[in-house]
Amino acid sequence: MKVEVRVYPREGVLDPQGKAIAAALGRLGHGGVRDVRAGKVFFIEVAGSDAKAVEADARKMAEELLANTVIENFDVRVVQ
Amino acid sequence: MRFGIVVFPGSNCDADCFHVAKDLLGCEADYIWHQDRDLKGADAVILPGGFAYGDYLRAGALARFSPVMESVAEFAKKGGAVLGICNGFQVLLEAGLLPGAMQINRGLRYVCRDVHMKVENDATPFTSLYPKGSVVKMPIGHMEGNYTAPPATLAELSREGRVVFRYCDAEGRVVDSANPNGSTDGIAGICNREGNVVGLMPHPDRCSESLLGNDAGIKMFESAVAALAAR
Repeated sequence: MKVEVRVYPREGVLDPQGKAIAAALGRLGHGGVRDVRAGKVFFIEVAGSDAKAVEADARKMAEELLANTVIENFDVRVVQ
Repeated sequence: MRFGIVVFPGSNCDADCFHVAKDLLGCEADYIWHQDRDLKGADAVILPGGFAYGDYLRAGALARFSPVMESVAEFAKKGGAVLGICNGFQVLLEAGLLPGAMQINRGLRYVCRDVHMKVENDATPFTSLYPKGSVVKMPIGHMEGNYTAPPATLAELSREGRVVFRYCDAEGRVVDSANPNGSTDGIAGICNREGNVVGLMPHPDRCSESLLGNDAGIKMFESAVAALAAR
């Protein structure tokens, strides 16, 4: 099965990359951009057919390694 | 006195630390490969600078799962002196041996230059020979040195005197213009509650002999020798 894990800065944590990207978008003429937060996406293929089990496993992966939960949040979506 | 210097794939200041311990201080020193669990009888363990595992995912995120880190955690728990320099500090954070996390520098660039730091805690085994409040100049070289932590953790660090070094100007003023990376409250180094685990971004190993133009860093290693001899 395929599962996607999105990891992104926690609300309230200053995101220097997101800020720089927002400023760059503004310079390119995208005056409506108010805020950008930059994160990462992991596309993971896992053996198994039980979507619930795969999701639980992916959550564990995020907590253990993919996200640093001091500064990052994550969400998990089983794609197929 | 025996220093153990952990070597991860991608460590690049291991030889600098070894040189300080062995050649400059005349101590025993061993390299400890990250796959080993044996700390070889080390009295103090150093996690050196570099780019362990290429800094993939996050600096220190993969290194913390190396077998040696279980031994380092056990050693630290028993009160063993552990020093994390730069990438070594990042590994200690990811391993949870020190609280908080590193973000990319606020300027989004790798910063490589000398900085000044104020010594705020002279009670750790690595800082006892620096007078409290003194200003020390050391080089930095990092991309992720922008220290952050939840407000409760920051308050606890401050209340318990666990901020060991803060970035400051040459006169010792902790001001934003002297902060090279945006680190919260100018934090350059911290310690655990017991004080035996210390991490800092600047490199004492790169300024430990006058040949290099600065020997301010050697006192960190000499402090460890003095502290452990006194035990």
